[in-house]
This record gives sequence, C-alpha cells and structure tokens, in this order.
Amino acid sequence: MGLLSDPNRRRALINLLTRLNAPICVVCYMAGVAWFMGLAFEPFTLRTYMALATGREFAAHKRKVGGMPVDWLVKTFQARGLEVYTQRFSRTLPFPDENKERYMVKGTNVYGILRAPRAPRTEALVLSAPCSLGDDNNQAVGLLLGLAQYFRNQIYWAKDIIFLVNEHDLIGMQAWLEGYHHTNTTGMDWSPLHGRGGSIQAALSLELSSDVVTSLDLVLEGLNGQLPNLDLANLFYAFCQKIGVLCTIQGKLQRNDWDSVSGYSHSVQTMMLMVMKQASGRPWGDHGLFLRYHIEAATIKGVNSFRQYKTDVSTVGRLLEGMYRKLNNLLERLHQSYFFYLMPSLSHFVSIGYYMPAFGLLAVILFLRALDLWVQLTAPPPTATEDGVAHIEQSSPGVLSVLTPLVISHVTGAALYALPIHFQQVAIEHFPVSETEAVVLTAIAVYTAGLALPHNTHRLLAGEGTEKGWRVLKLVAVLYLAVLLGCTALINFSLGFILALTLVPIAAFVTPHVPKVLSAFILVLLSPACTLLFSVFFFQSCRRYP
Amino acid sequence: MLANLVLSFNCTYLAVLLSFIRFNKHVGNFFSSQHTNNWAVLVCTSRFWFNYRHVANTLSVYRSVKRLGIPDSHIVLMLADDMACNHRNPKPATVFSHKNMELNVYGDDVEVDYRGYEVTVENFLRVLTGRLPPSTPRSKRLLSDDRSNILIYLTGHGGNGFLKFQDSEEISNVELADAFEQMWQKRRYNELLFIIDTCQGASMYERFYSPNLMALASSQVGEDSLSHQPDLAIGVHLMDRYTFYLLEFLEDIHPASKTNMNDLFKVCPKSQCVSTPGHRTDLFLRDPGSVLITDFFGSVRKVELTTDAINLTEPITPVEDQEKEPYSYVDQLPVSEIIHQKPKQKDWHPPDGFILGLWTLIILVFFRTYGVKHLKHIF
Repeated sequence: MGLLSDPNRRRALINLLTRLNAPICVVCYMAGVAWFMGLAFEPFTLRTYMALATGREFAAHKRKVGGMPVDWLVKTFQARGLEVYTQRFSRTLPFPDENKERYMVKGTNVYGILRAPRAPRTEALVLSAPCSLGDDNNQAVGLLLGLAQYFRNQIYWAKDIIFLVNEHDLIGMQAWLEGYHHTNTTGMDWSPLHGRGGSIQAALSLELSSDVVTSLDLVLEGLNGQLPNLDLANLFYAFCQKIGVLCTIQGKLQRNDWDSVSGYSHSVQTMMLMVMKQASGRPWGDHGLFLRYHIEAATIKGVNSFRQYKTDVSTVGRLLEGMYRKLNNLLERLHQSYFFYLMPSLSHFVSIGYYMPAFGLLAVILFLRALDLWVQLTAPPPTATEDGVAHIEQSSPGVLSVLTPLVISHVTGAALYALPIHFQQVAIEHFPVSETEAVVLTAIAVYTAGLALPHNTHRLLAGEGTEKGWRVLKLVAVLYLAVLLGCTALINFSLGFILALTLVPIAAFVTPHVPKVLSAFILVLLSPACTLLFSVFFFQSCRRYP
Repeated sequence: MLANLVLSFNCTYLAVLLSFIRFNKHVGNFFSSQHTNNWAVLVCTSRFWFNYRHVANTLSVYRSVKRLGIPDSHIVLMLADDMACNHRNPKPATVFSHKNMELNVYGDDVEVDYRGYEVTVENFLRVLTGRLPPSTPRSKRLLSDDRSNILIYLTGHGGNGFLKFQDSEEISNVELADAFEQMWQKRRYNELLFIIDTCQGASMYERFYSPNLMALASSQVGEDSLSHQPDLAIGVHLMDRYTFYLLEFLEDIHPASKTNMNDLFKVCPKSQCVSTPGHRTDLFLRDPGSVLITDFFGSVRKVELTTDAINLTEPITPVEDQEKEPYSYVDQLPVSEIIHQKPKQKDWHPPDGFILGLWTLIILVFFRTYGVKHLKHIF
C-alpha cells in the first residue's frame, strides 16, 4: 500500500506531525530568519561581474523666475544644437500641497534630443535631471547641459540621446513618460510631445546639489519595489573603479572586512536599508517611473560629506560619458542579468534564487500549521465515553461560521482602502481637521474598529465557541494568509518578507487556549500598522551618510 | 593490380624527371609547383559591432594577398557586416588592425564581393563548387581551373566541428570536406591552402579527405582563439592574435621571398597566441618545406634567365606492351591509402538516466511480485 493510503502508516505520519508540529514551526522560523541574515554574509553572496558655470547660471535664472526657467533652458539647448521641445502638464492633487496650499500643480518639462548622426531613429537613451525647488539640483542641470554640448561633438552615437529637465520631480517625469508612450494611467493632463526618439533603452537620472562631491550614490529602488537590471548597477560600479571615484549604495561605503562583526553588521544594515526601501513601494528617485515601461533606469546622487578627497564635476561627467558610450554599444535591451536581487554592498548581490528560500521557510510554517489543524479536525472522536452523547450532538460548524468572519474582514479591508479618501470631504465638514489629518484619522479609526471586530461579533456566529469551530476558522485563515503573503512576496519580496516575519509566528501560534490578554497585546504589537512604525524607526537608525 | 601498374608508371616518370633535376638545378624550381594562377576566397562570417576584429582579420589577409600580386578579379571577399560605415565607428570609413591606428586595412581600393546578408553558408558553398545561377556576375564567381592554387581564409565564431555564419546558421566540417571533394572531382583546384581563425578551429579540417589540401588553424579542439589588444578610442578589440601575428609575418614577405610553409607553421607559437595553432599536411603531395608562401599568397610567375644550354634527352617512349585502362581524374591518387583514418574510439560513458530508470523499474517489479522481504537481503 502507498505511504498515504495505508491507514497505519498514515496514522504514524500524523502522529509524527502532531507531535513535532510546534518544534518544526519554531525551527523553520529561526531558519528563515537566519537564512535572511545570512544573505548579507559575504562568502554567500556573489561578486558583481560593471559643467559648473552652467549650473550657476541655471541657479540664477531659476531664482529669477521663481520656478523653472523654461525659456532660458530652451535657448541653451538650442545653442548646443539639439532639437528642443517642451511639454506642459497639470495635475490635481488629492490633498493640497504643503508649501503652497493649492490643489493644482502645473509645470513644464523641457527636453532636447541629440540625434545620432548616422543611425536611424529607432532607439534612444535618456539623461534626466529634475528641476527642484530652491537651490537643489542646480549642478545636475549644469552637468546635463555640459554633457549635451560634449556629446553633440561626437560622431559615434548610434542611438538618439534625450536630455530631459523635468519639473516637480515625479509628477513631471510621469507626465513625460505618459506622453512619450501614449498611455494615461494616472489621469494627468499633459500636452502631447512634439518630438520623439525611438524606444528608450536605458535612462539615468542625476541629482547633484553641490559643486564638489566626495562620493556618488546609486539609487536603484523604483515604483512598487521594482529594480533595474543588475547589469546597470555593475556598469556603474565598473566605471567608478575605472575612474577612481568613491561610490556607495544606500549611502554606505564599501568595506572589505566581511569576517569581522562590524563588517558583517555593515552589510546587514545596507541590505536592510534596501529591503525597507523596496518594501515602501515608492520610487526613491526619478528613475523609478521608467521601470514600469521596461526601461532600465537608475539615479546617481552626488553626496558631499566633507572628506579629504574630493571629486569635481568634470570627473562625474567623464564617468557618465563612459556609461553612455557603453550603453550606446548595446545591441539589445539589458536582459542578461538579474531583475530580482538584493545588494548588501555595491560589489556583491544576492539573487532571487538565494533569497526566496528565506521566505519559503516562513510560509512552510503556515502550511505545517494548517496540516496540524486538519489532522486534529479529522481525528476520529474517542469512542464510548460518558459524554459520548455530547460529542455526537456537537455538529461540525456550518459554512456560515467560517464565511461570516471572512466576509467581515474583507469588508473591513475594503473600507480601510476606500473610506478615508471617499469620505474626506464629509470628515472635514463635520470635524475640525485638515484634509491630510482627516484621511489619516479615518484610516486609524477603521483599523482600530477592525481590530475590535472579533470581540463584537462572536455572539452572532453559531458554532463559534466549539473546539471544531475555531479550528476550522483558523485553518482557513492560515491558508489564506499563506496565499496572500506568497503573492505579495512574488511581486515585492521585501514587503512580503517583512509582513511574514511579524504575521506568521503570531498567526501560527495563537489559539483560544493562549492567555487572552497576552495574545491580544502581541497581536496588536505585530499587526501591520505597528510593523510599519517599527520599520520607520529601524530605517532611520540604519541610515547614515558616509 | 591496377594500382600497382599506376604506381609503377608514376615511378618511372618521376625517375626520369629527377634525373633532369639532378642535371639542371636551376630548372628544378620551375617545375616544382604545377599551378598557373592564384585565387583567394576570404570570408568573415560574423556581424555586429563587437565582432569588429573578424572583419579586420579578413581585411588584413586581403591586403597582404593583394600586395603580393593577386588581383581583385581573382579574389572573392565576403564580409558579413560593414564595420567601416557602422554608426558606432568613431573613425568612419576606416578599419584598423593595430591599436593607435597605425594601419588602416580598409584602404581606398577595397572590393567586397559578398557583403552583409549575402554571406551565407549556401553562397559560400556555391562559390566553392561553382554552382551559381547564370546571372551571377563574374566578380562573385570562383573561376578556378585545375591549375589554380586557391587560398581559403575563414574567420568568425566557431566550435567543435562547425563555424557560425551570421548568428543564425552554421557550416559543419563534413560539409566543408564534401565541398572540397566536389572541387577536386570537378578539377577546380591544383592545390588548396585552408586557414581558419576561430575557436576550436582544428576541428574544421579534421574531416578533409581530398588530395592536395593543406590546412592551418589558430587553435586546437577544446581551445579558444583569443583576441589581441582592444583600442580605447574605438572601444573594441581590433584583431585576433593568430591573424595579428600572421599579418606581421606576411608583411615581411615580398614577391621574391623564398620562405616556405614550415615557417608559416611556426607563426604564433603558444607563448604569443595562448592557444596552440595546428596544421595538417598529410593530404598534401609535396613536402611543405618545398612549398613557397607565395605559391598561395602571391601571384608569382617568375622568370629565370639562363645562359646555359639545356640538354633534353630523347623524348620519353611510352611503355607499349602493357595494356592499361584509362583512369578517371579522381582515381589517379589512392586517397584511401594516403589517409589512414581509423574510427575514433568512443569514450565509455556510464549508462544514462533512461537505462538506469529502466533497470530500477525492472528490479522493483521483481521484488514487488516476489515479496518485499527479499529486498532486505540486499540492503
């Protein structure tokens, strides 16, 4: 007889499972966490196999105009021999802007196209620098203009190069990308683009706020935790080494002492910073919006931390020129290297095949728990006892006892998602709060009501307090959680892992038999909202500039 | 029996010839090679900018061959991509073979016969065998005859037993050997020198079986041919090592050179090339030491002035008393005796998964029917 169909063997297996369930779950959890921490340990990782005057002028004009000096930019681009185009856009914000207290944001993007002298206009590369408020990022625009002039004099370009200066950072960039690809996903209002290159192969975004930089920081995380191809990061690193510029990732320097405790904790911190930035889901540079269109993009930030050894803007220019020449020689889109990876340092990476088992081990806990519960549910009742009658009377809980909590939870979730924004206006009329506060407070209110649901609704459900009842509910809940976490981890590994780290232990071990106050306290402590708070604290503590 | 007759006939003839040579040393060289014209077929099989070096390889051999006297009408040049006018070339209209741009092999008078996508396996084989449609222009034909010495140079990306054309097709060493046999049977060459500069190039000449073929390759089976230095201004590797040193060697050859094939075999030893160049001369009838470089690379018709009188003895009387059957051109040479090709020993491999799985299944079924208890005797 087969292993699972033979009742003797099955009983033996099930006994094994029930006896060892809790220990195996604990071991799995420890193993998952240890695996994750081990990812930062260097032997387990793989080595990664690659204009000032204008800046000041730009700053002056920016101050004069009080925003983006569109006309001056147009004239400068034309003076360098590029084809210049502008794009106007406007967007209604959900809340008023903090600085200016208005709903409507209007802006203009200016971009110049350097046409490849001999090539057909089928492919393009983008170099962008956001035009930020105040004195930020002036040198980046200056460098961009200097590079435009230098590139114009070379004849080896096989792709068009688009130099883009976007206003209002992400909003302008999104408007430009939507106009370029003729999509409209955000409902923004923009004027169509009159000039176009071919399909964009790669893009770099520059952020430079000082004349002198001591190091260059690479930012990879994009929208929804998407990352560019690892080849782009390797390219940056290779050129940094070639030109001799100090390069960092997550603002942390390279260290060679991986076997010492401080070296290891340094790698762990770098990796955790990347994990948390990815989990937040927001793009950490203007490049993050390119990734949705399958354009490999990264942001290069210049950092001035007052070291001895300084690099001037022309060296940064040489680095960028080298990178663009390499990108120019590409014959196809970057696709050879990994798209899913974590970087504990700029020269080492961990690919998806190595970090997924960490999450897998945590998900296994939920499955083991579900198996255990299933076994307990289908175990034959003890025969002929004095309260045998009572046992037979006890019917298995109906579908309703499981379905009702599920539906209520879903409704709460939907309410948490939709109510804060929909009832923003209503909240403002009835309560003396501002718009932003109204949204946040509504969300907190719905969340707290959701936490209190079980206490309020358990009387309404039949078969609720029975031994079978909670087991069935927990079985369904645990499986559902496993599926949800799995899906989240597939899309955004960092978010899935952080949620799994806190939700899985408590979901696996809480039962009605655990002391109620303690379990309630732990449940609240490990709920996603508190996890979010902890992550913010942890993030701030990890973050330090070189 | 017949072979013996043929051999004896040849021996007599050679004996008479040698007697001439002993008397007339000056005249010896005149009769050593039987060819009256030279042809060259130079093929570069890879495209894309990063394969710049293959085009540079072919163009450097073209340059040497032209310099030594073979005219464009006798050269079939096939280049799979245009590097001189590539968008990424910072020096348009040039193809350099040395870094610091010392030598522009593209020059002013390059005539490319097959360009771009016209370089295919089919076209290459048709050129060799002469089976081209009647509308093909003369510049695209190999119009060789039975007194032509042909130089064939191939470069690109290759592997064990094949050469890649254009990133989408391959020519195998068997096809190439058959093409050369077709050429032999159609009397399209007198002697043929085959040079190949690719990874594992020696595998391409392993299967040759036609007479009068000499072959050189830049690397043995299992080795990669490496490229020479990159140029930082252009951004790609300019030449492959073997052809680089071959070019250096050929630059010293002038039309009156007496350098022979043994010197060519010494070009690019392992210390310079990292790979081990190989050669094959067992199908070639003459001794490589007596074959001049210019027999293949140049188009030399030397004139020797002599003031001595040459005594020619009576004309050779044919042997009349023996009946001999006419042999076809092909059978003149006992090729199978010349090449002693033994079938290669196949290495023993452990039985693969299917056999193992089949036997496991059989054993399991056996134990299942006769009882599991027998299994414990084994474990």
